[in-house]
Amino acid sequence: MKTYNSLNNIVIIFFLMFSVETFATADSKLVHMDVDLSDQQSLQRGAKIFVNYCLSCHSAKYMRYNRMGSDLSIKDQVLKENLMFGTEKVGDVMDISMREEDSINYFGVAPPDLSVIARSRGADWLYSYFLTFYKDESRPFGVNNLVYKDTAMPHVLWELQGIQRLASKENVTAVYYDPTYKDYLELLTPGKQTERQYDRTIRDLVNYLVYISEPIKLKRTKIGVWVMFYLFIFLLITYMLKKDYWKDIH
Amino acid sequence: MSGPIKILIGLRDWVDARFPLMRIWNEHLAKYYAPKNFNFWYFFGAFALLVLGIQVITGIWLTMNYKPSAEEAFASVEYIMRDTEWGWLIRYMHSTGASAFFIVIYLHMFRALLYGSYKKPRELLWLSGMALYLLLMGEAFFGYLLPWGQMSYWGAQVIISLFGALPIIGDDLSLWIRGDFVVSDVTLNRFFSLHVIAFPLLILGLVGFHILALHEVGSNNPDGIEIKNNKDEKGVPLDGIPFHPYYTVKDLMGAAVFLIFFFAVVFFAPEMKVPGTQGLFLESANFIQANPLQTPEHIAPVWYFTPFYAILRAVPSQLGGVIAMGLAVNLFLLLPWLDRSPVRSSRYRGRNYRVALTLFVISFLSLGWLGLQVVTPLYTWLARFFSVVYFSFFLLMPFYTAYDKDKAVPDRVTD
Repeated sequence: MKTYNSLNNIVIIFFLMFSVETFATADSKLVHMDVDLSDQQSLQRGAKIFVNYCLSCHSAKYMRYNRMGSDLSIKDQVLKENLMFGTEKVGDVMDISMREEDSINYFGVAPPDLSVIARSRGADWLYSYFLTFYKDESRPFGVNNLVYKDTAMPHVLWELQGIQRLASKENVTAVYYDPTYKDYLELLTPGKQTERQYDRTIRDLVNYLVYISEPIKLKRTKIGVWVMFYLFIFLLITYMLKKDYWKDIH
Repeated sequence: MSGPIKILIGLRDWVDARFPLMRIWNEHLAKYYAPKNFNFWYFFGAFALLVLGIQVITGIWLTMNYKPSAEEAFASVEYIMRDTEWGWLIRYMHSTGASAFFIVIYLHMFRALLYGSYKKPRELLWLSGMALYLLLMGEAFFGYLLPWGQMSYWGAQVIISLFGALPIIGDDLSLWIRGDFVVSDVTLNRFFSLHVIAFPLLILGLVGFHILALHEVGSNNPDGIEIKNNKDEKGVPLDGIPFHPYYTVKDLMGAAVFLIFFFAVVFFAPEMKVPGTQGLFLESANFIQANPLQTPEHIAPVWYFTPFYAILRAVPSQLGGVIAMGLAVNLFLLLPWLDRSPVRSSRYRGRNYRVALTLFVISFLSLGWLGLQVVTPLYTWLARFFSVVYFSFFLLMPFYTAYDKDKAVPDRVTD
């Protein structure tokens, strides 16, 4: 029993030493998310979250509305009514009207364009980022983040997720299904969504961000299968050709 | 003979009376006798030509939509990826082609080390090949700046500043290369010019030289035997076969295999995101637009430069590192004169060379891996160890090859 206790203490000390700091830097500690671009409904829900919660401060200025419409089977009329707030033209890109100097005044930095954010940050980073906002009164917007320490972004999804706080070491309550997160955060005030609902919300959003970072990804691998099929036939033909020509040599 | 064929032959003869068409065809294809025992390693010359073709053609189409200005470059690449018809495919073929070029060239060079292809009378062939390799490095370096991402920008900043380490001329030299005090729009413009016209012209010209030099001395082979020493009464090498049709059909089959691998990357893994990396072919940091005010956490060159980058970092002084790196790249040029063995192919060489070549390959690959990692004391010492092995391969070569127990070389090719 005594050995068990001292072992336990070592584990706790180890966690205290490496916990929050390691989260801020090491990619291996990110919560993994399986991106599923074949789930068109998820992408449509993600689009809705994106235009409602992100697209007022962040732009996606390389992404056109009608590209999204044709890729995600959304009719122009639906696009205009539900997903376009800044413009009437479906051929426009997802730009915002906030000026850069204004946003620097509000946030301290200009919110980055999100067109290719999933390619620079990666899906796991984004997913973990949306999971790990917590209450921190020392920050301008009252929140901090485990993945991106001292982030300048407010927790725009707080009304859905609720407010988390850093768990005191004695009173650790499970918040997420991923074991690495259990030890750090607990829900202080519940939001409109349950844990499961919020989890689905941010999965939809990350799916969508991955999609807009490379819209052709929806079709790229499908075309690739046909290209491979053709090339294997080409290989078979050239192999037989070579064999026939070389039958006298050696 | 049917009508259309007759017309074509007539056209051919008309041209041939005015241009050495048939002579070129015969000298370089139909009556160019190549050893019949080429193996796997002899595909990579043809593959290099194929990748060059891919790069030139995709490059032309990329240039139609790319904008070489600091304001527009990053956006124009995304425009190509999204709004240009098949632009994504052209761009991925080009970015994959860059890495494929180096894979192919490294294996092509390894073949020369394996079978002694640089030895007399093929010294000029080797030197022109090395010059092509150096030009390719320049071409890749210039091209990497063009997407104007964070890694493009800071990679260029770091590599250009290496020239600043040279005594006396260093600062002026790096200023002259950049055309500005930092990498800027001016630098991007000149790199674009060098990437799309100057270096491709040099490379194409030198490829012509390389092939002419090859056809003058004839191809080496896995046995390292001169097939011209055994000819029949008509003057045709007994172990030679006409390049066309034998090697044209064989290389066509090889090209099919190559394209399967190439397009597997293009369609299924264009970033080549190997775990533990940011993406070997397209790095994630390069999807953030260049920002002169914000240095990325971890600047590493693309994988094909990392063996030399590891050597650079292994040397404690910056000038020493730059010199070591320059030497590491250029020592290959001296191979024909460092190698004292009379035997070409490693098949008939003694243990010394075979062990040395194995150690060299291990150190080259290890340095390549180390160059991708964040520096730690252990990695630095490993890089120093492998750098010593790397340089020993070249600098000790006159000794270990002179005293090697080479075997008897057969008169005729063995398979």
